[in-house]
Amino acid sequence: MNFLTLTNISKTFGNTVAVKDFNIVVEKGEFVSFLGPSGCGKTTTLRMIAGFELPTTGQIVLDGEDITFTPPNRRNVGMVFQSYALFPNLTVAQNIGFGLRVRKMPVQEIDQRVKEMLSLIHLQQFGHRYPYQLSGGQQQRVALARALAIRPRVLLLDEPLSALDAKIRVELRSEIRRIQQQLGITTIYVTHDQEEALSLSDRVVVMKDGLIEQIGTPFEIYNFPQTPFVASFVGTLNVLRAKVLDADKGLLSLEGQTFYSSEPLKQVRNGDVVSVAVRPEIITLVGGGAELNQLNCRVETVTFLGSIVRIQVRIAETMLFFDTFNNPHLVLPQVGAPVTIYFPREACLILELTRE
Amino acid sequence: MRKSRLWSWFWIFIGTLYFVVPLLATFEFSLRARKGTLSFLAYERVFKDPAFWKSFGFSLELAVFTVIISVLLIVPTAYWIRLRLPQLRGAVEFITMLPFVIPAIVLVFGLIRVFSGPPLPLTDTYFGTTALLVAGYVVLALPYMYRSIDIGLAAIDVRTLTEAAQSLGAGWGTILFKIVFPNLRVAILSGSFLTLAIVMGEFTMASFLVGIKAFGPYMSLIGQNKTYESSSLAIISFILTWAFIGLIQLLTRGRAEGQMAGAR
Amino acid sequence: MSNKADMKKASHNRGVSLTRPSKTPWLTWLGVAPFFAFTLFFIFLPSASLLVGSFQNNAGQFTLQNFIGLLTPSVVNAYWVSIRISVVTALLGGLLGFFLSYAVTLGGLPQWVRAALLTFSSVASNFAGVPLAFAFIATLGRTGMVTALLKAWFGLDLYAQGFSVYSFWGLSLTYLYFQFPLMVLVITPALDGLKREWREAAENLGASGQIYWLRVALPILTPSILGAMILLFGNSFGAYATALSLTGGFLNLITILIGSQIKGDVLLNPGLGYALAVGMVIIMAVTTALYYFLRRRSERWLRI
Repeated sequence: MNFLTLTNISKTFGNTVAVKDFNIVVEKGEFVSFLGPSGCGKTTTLRMIAGFELPTTGQIVLDGEDITFTPPNRRNVGMVFQSYALFPNLTVAQNIGFGLRVRKMPVQEIDQRVKEMLSLIHLQQFGHRYPYQLSGGQQQRVALARALAIRPRVLLLDEPLSALDAKIRVELRSEIRRIQQQLGITTIYVTHDQEEALSLSDRVVVMKDGLIEQIGTPFEIYNFPQTPFVASFVGTLNVLRAKVLDADKGLLSLEGQTFYSSEPLKQVRNGDVVSVAVRPEIITLVGGGAELNQLNCRVETVTFLGSIVRIQVRIAETMLFFDTFNNPHLVLPQVGAPVTIYFPREACLILELTRE
Repeated sequence: MRKSRLWSWFWIFIGTLYFVVPLLATFEFSLRARKGTLSFLAYERVFKDPAFWKSFGFSLELAVFTVIISVLLIVPTAYWIRLRLPQLRGAVEFITMLPFVIPAIVLVFGLIRVFSGPPLPLTDTYFGTTALLVAGYVVLALPYMYRSIDIGLAAIDVRTLTEAAQSLGAGWGTILFKIVFPNLRVAILSGSFLTLAIVMGEFTMASFLVGIKAFGPYMSLIGQNKTYESSSLAIISFILTWAFIGLIQLLTRGRAEGQMAGAR
Repeated sequence: MSNKADMKKASHNRGVSLTRPSKTPWLTWLGVAPFFAFTLFFIFLPSASLLVGSFQNNAGQFTLQNFIGLLTPSVVNAYWVSIRISVVTALLGGLLGFFLSYAVTLGGLPQWVRAALLTFSSVASNFAGVPLAFAFIATLGRTGMVTALLKAWFGLDLYAQGFSVYSFWGLSLTYLYFQFPLMVLVITPALDGLKREWREAAENLGASGQIYWLRVALPILTPSILGAMILLFGNSFGAYATALSLTGGFLNLITILIGSQIKGDVLLNPGLGYALAVGMVIIMAVTTALYYFLRRRSERWLRI
């Protein structure tokens, strides 16, 4: 069921390449996020789907129809902007009904649809207000309703939450997901916030410098990043510089101690130095014993963060940190005390190597 | 897209034409003083006329006094309003806008009526009349001067600067002359140049109070009987206006995109 | 609500603690005394004196006769000509200024055109009065360059057609020289305030460019455009020097009438002169109030 297909899309502005070789197949009802730092081409791609930019090469097919060069006002896709972009001269109800009026829908039906939309976003009482009388969060909900009122084939959201306060952001995030699920609408969501992308999406597209780094479910993206960039951009990491002792067995050495990485290391020779990433939440404290992947270290700092406690430890010159959940019976390690930490070999992500 | 850009260029063309043609015509006209050839004779005659220099100097003096009084009047007021009397802000802003409501011709009418007899017979003496004219110019410049200085004050957070100065032991005089004025340099100067541009060629008030002693009425008199000289005077005052506006833009590094003082 | 009040209180306290709490509050007021004294003497007193004078007859008694006198044909005519010329130049200047400003903001022209236009507008809106009149005499006068060129190139004799630079339309063309640049200066910020996203949102919802302009852009700009044109109206309504230098007082404008009244009491009734001035101030006050009302409205919209 390929509903929205982008094939070999690229876009250049003058000499700069904004997007290159972008390929994706989106299914009907799917929620896909484009995630990446600013300037990675995610917004440009979204704007090409909306029709505000024309691709330099490639093809966009929506519901079996080639829309690559269709003008934006004939695409029937809904767009929500970062700055809300509500028309300040129109009331909330008029804003929501704008697309329907343009389509010359009978007045009664417009009223009906506007009412539906207002209750969808829980702003039934606000139809007669003007945008400047609403808070940022309310304005963005109206913008969402306005985009949905035309029953678009695809809903496009361009960083819709980044102008809002942290608390409203989380609230509206779940609201967007609820509405999307309720309507079953195919949605493309552009963001630079990994938490948003991971929590909302069915699939995430991680982009960097105009190229797709990885496409996958949030679970895959987080746990099995395929490139160093994805690993470091999504979530937090400890990065260890380790020497390869036995490439076939995946045996590595760090400051004189040894541990095993996820798989037999390919394209690496014994004696190479590699960067190994380990997520902080995977590391645990152990009492002792002789299992694999145990490292002895010294506690450097203990930071109480509320629900979790972040512990920073030192192995000679290497610093790394890990988190444990807080509970009242927890015995926190003392600063300077020797501790042993453990992480499973599958948790090691090899980022890059330097050959000496 | 291409069509709309063509349309844009069309309007720019019309605007440029409207702007340039009268200047060209005036310049060309000013060169025709000697029959048969183009020459700068009209300019020579203007520059040789002692009355030109006298009236120009007189108006320049008026302008300088206007600037000094405006600055001394408005800077402390705007500063004090921000610091201690924010409740008066609306009232002061309203007053500074009044010169828009009361045209110069009406203002000078009122000034003459009030100050031409007892108890304040200013128009009886040379000094009194000149002072009255300067006062009128300060009123004319009020909206522009106040706006410029108020924007300048908003940009430097005078409250914190004052607190800092006070904590270091400064008195009010030190604060005003060592802190506020220097930090408002650009705002004061750009307001001053605009005032200069307004006052130098001002005609309405000057013609009723001091007559042809001032530059505006002098130009008007030349216009009545010397055609070519009047064209050269128009070019000279245009260059003068351009210079003042250019100085403002130089000072503000183009941040102040438009300066307007209105018609006369 | 109470939170807001607390905050207000807090900031107020901060203001007071800045210096020693003054034991003599009137000293605080002394700081603005020079300003209020100056404006009392040189704005309020003259205005009040004209107002009082307009209600007095030659013997100094109260009368409404002066305002009734405003209805004499020559006075009504002066107001009418002034209003007409202000409306005409506000409309034409407003339109030309708007299109110019549109060209440099949304019209896709290079940045230097915008910079050049704004600089020129600053200069031209300040280039008024006596020299402007000279410039237009040299341009459109009987021997002016444009008059001569039109005759030479197209065989069009402006003066034979009834045109004169000293007439209503001549003065209108002259006023336009400072009117349309003023429009450019006033309306450009409003056009800058039109967000690109509004256009995109409208297109996204299915609107054509035309519908976007009719239902979104123009309604948003209307208060700004009207406000700017009102400003232009006032700008030309109060102008005196340009008109006097150009027409030598032949054109019966209200400012010219007041001017000759100041010089020589041509109305044979000083009270009537004061009434003329008061009438002018009333018209200016109404237009200025309207301008501020519209500006506040457009600011509310364009800041969102």
